[in-house]
Amino acid sequence: MEPIIRFENVHYTYPGDELESLCGVSLAIEKGSFVAVLGHNGSGKSTLAKHMNAILVPDEGRVLIEGVDTADEERLLDVRRRVGMVFQNPDNQIVANVVEDDVAFAPENLGVEPAEIRRRVDASLRLVGMYDFRMHAPHLLSGGQKQRVAIAGVIAMQPEIIVLDEPTAMLDPQGRHEVVSTAFSLCRARGMTVVYITHHMDECIDADRLIVMSNGRVAADGTPAEVFANTALMEREGLDVPETVRLLQELRAAGVRLEGEPLAVEPCAELIAQALLKRSRK
Amino acid sequence: MLKDITLGQYFPGDTVVHRLDPRTKILLVVVYIVALFQAEGWIGYALVTLVTLLCTALSRIRLRSMFKGVRPMLFIIALTALLNIFYTTGTPIRPGWIVTWEGLARAVQMMLRIVLLISGTFLLTYTTSPIALTDGLELLLNPLKKLRVPVHEMTIMMSMALRFIPTLISETDKIMSAQKARGADFETGSLTRRAKALLPILVPLFVSAFKRADELAVAMESRCYHGGEGRTRMKQLRMERRDCIALILGGIFLALMIALKSLCL
Repeated sequence: MEPIIRFENVHYTYPGDELESLCGVSLAIEKGSFVAVLGHNGSGKSTLAKHMNAILVPDEGRVLIEGVDTADEERLLDVRRRVGMVFQNPDNQIVANVVEDDVAFAPENLGVEPAEIRRRVDASLRLVGMYDFRMHAPHLLSGGQKQRVAIAGVIAMQPEIIVLDEPTAMLDPQGRHEVVSTAFSLCRARGMTVVYITHHMDECIDADRLIVMSNGRVAADGTPAEVFANTALMEREGLDVPETVRLLQELRAAGVRLEGEPLAVEPCAELIAQALLKRSRK
Repeated sequence: MLKDITLGQYFPGDTVVHRLDPRTKILLVVVYIVALFQAEGWIGYALVTLVTLLCTALSRIRLRSMFKGVRPMLFIIALTALLNIFYTTGTPIRPGWIVTWEGLARAVQMMLRIVLLISGTFLLTYTTSPIALTDGLELLLNPLKKLRVPVHEMTIMMSMALRFIPTLISETDKIMSAQKARGADFETGSLTRRAKALLPILVPLFVSAFKRADELAVAMESRCYHGGEGRTRMKQLRMERRDCIALILGGIFLALMIALKSLCL
């Protein structure tokens, strides 16, 4: 199947910068998958995200969204409608004084019929669980709620891809949980392709695929279990590894035989319990 | 303390005044201001005051909220009154005094005029949401687009500014607290000293406002914003019968005021 997002040897340098922010990134992202991108500050992960809906255009190489080149000015709106972007600061992406007016902003820009806009706004707000707040003023909502409004505002364009650029960086644990589970449900229940950029490794555990960015290059790419198993790389990148991975590794080093690589806490506990049970029987 | 600013404040409600089309309300305010400046003599002022009070009652806005809007202008109102008292020629209250009966009357009328002017315009912003207001303004000014006046750009800038007022106010509060925590003093000292003390607030505020503007522009672009061309609206404005009635009443009011003025002259 043709991947929905394709990066072909993309190079990009910010104007005025000496160093390249992306140096030869090639990627292919499958339709309907949940891809997490991890990396420390300045690793190029946000730059990567901004290439996905033509906010930035590669200096060299190209980015294809469903076969459409993002450098093609004629199809700019087409690309942006297909790829919805949610940014870090919820305050700086909400444009209206009332929640429902903000969600209507993108379809209004696209020239959608008023009745259809109404329908999309209501559907999007229900999808993120913010329908009851449709008449509220955005500045009175919590961070997690604002970010969900921002997600609804993007869904109203009916995109195939949603790119979230560190959507939880400014939120408290409660808000982080709200946003992460909304992002997952969009992918799992709606079949949207989600690219989730973060520096919280625990938000990536359930992703289909995990990409680690470092100095403008892809440092690791695989399932979360595969990537986290490479603790040496993760440490070199200054990134945390889930506690479960660390625990299993230390147990193995101590001579306990364990099969599999569970990342979540409960399956991991289960695995250890079984191993201990086997041991005590012997 | 900064939260008390009533600039562009909107009191949601469901009265006739609230339900009027914003275009009607903007036109009526223009009519009202023109009518106010036609007021001549006590009957004229009484009539305008009556109309203002009637509209306020219809909108269920409390008089106290109205006075809150007038309060920041008290100094100017008082100054105007004083000037009028002392600089109007006529029959002195007592022989030899500068203060004249005409001056006193004029002072009261001028005060009334300013208070009514403020109240009338505040009635518009109190009963119309900022979005509806900018939408109405854009539609009213639409013909100017033919003259290459950037109407859409102006109104979207206005609604963005209104959207960010609360955000910037809470940010200012935050910066002030941060500076106070480090020993900054905003309350004492001479006027120039206090003005200088504001500098450490304004600089970070401006820096962050520019950063916000930048991020907002990127966020708007990625939501397919490309100017006013081909844009639709979720909420369509429609002129109803009540709008026609309101406009006719406004017209009658204006005609009455003009007639009254020519009678007085």
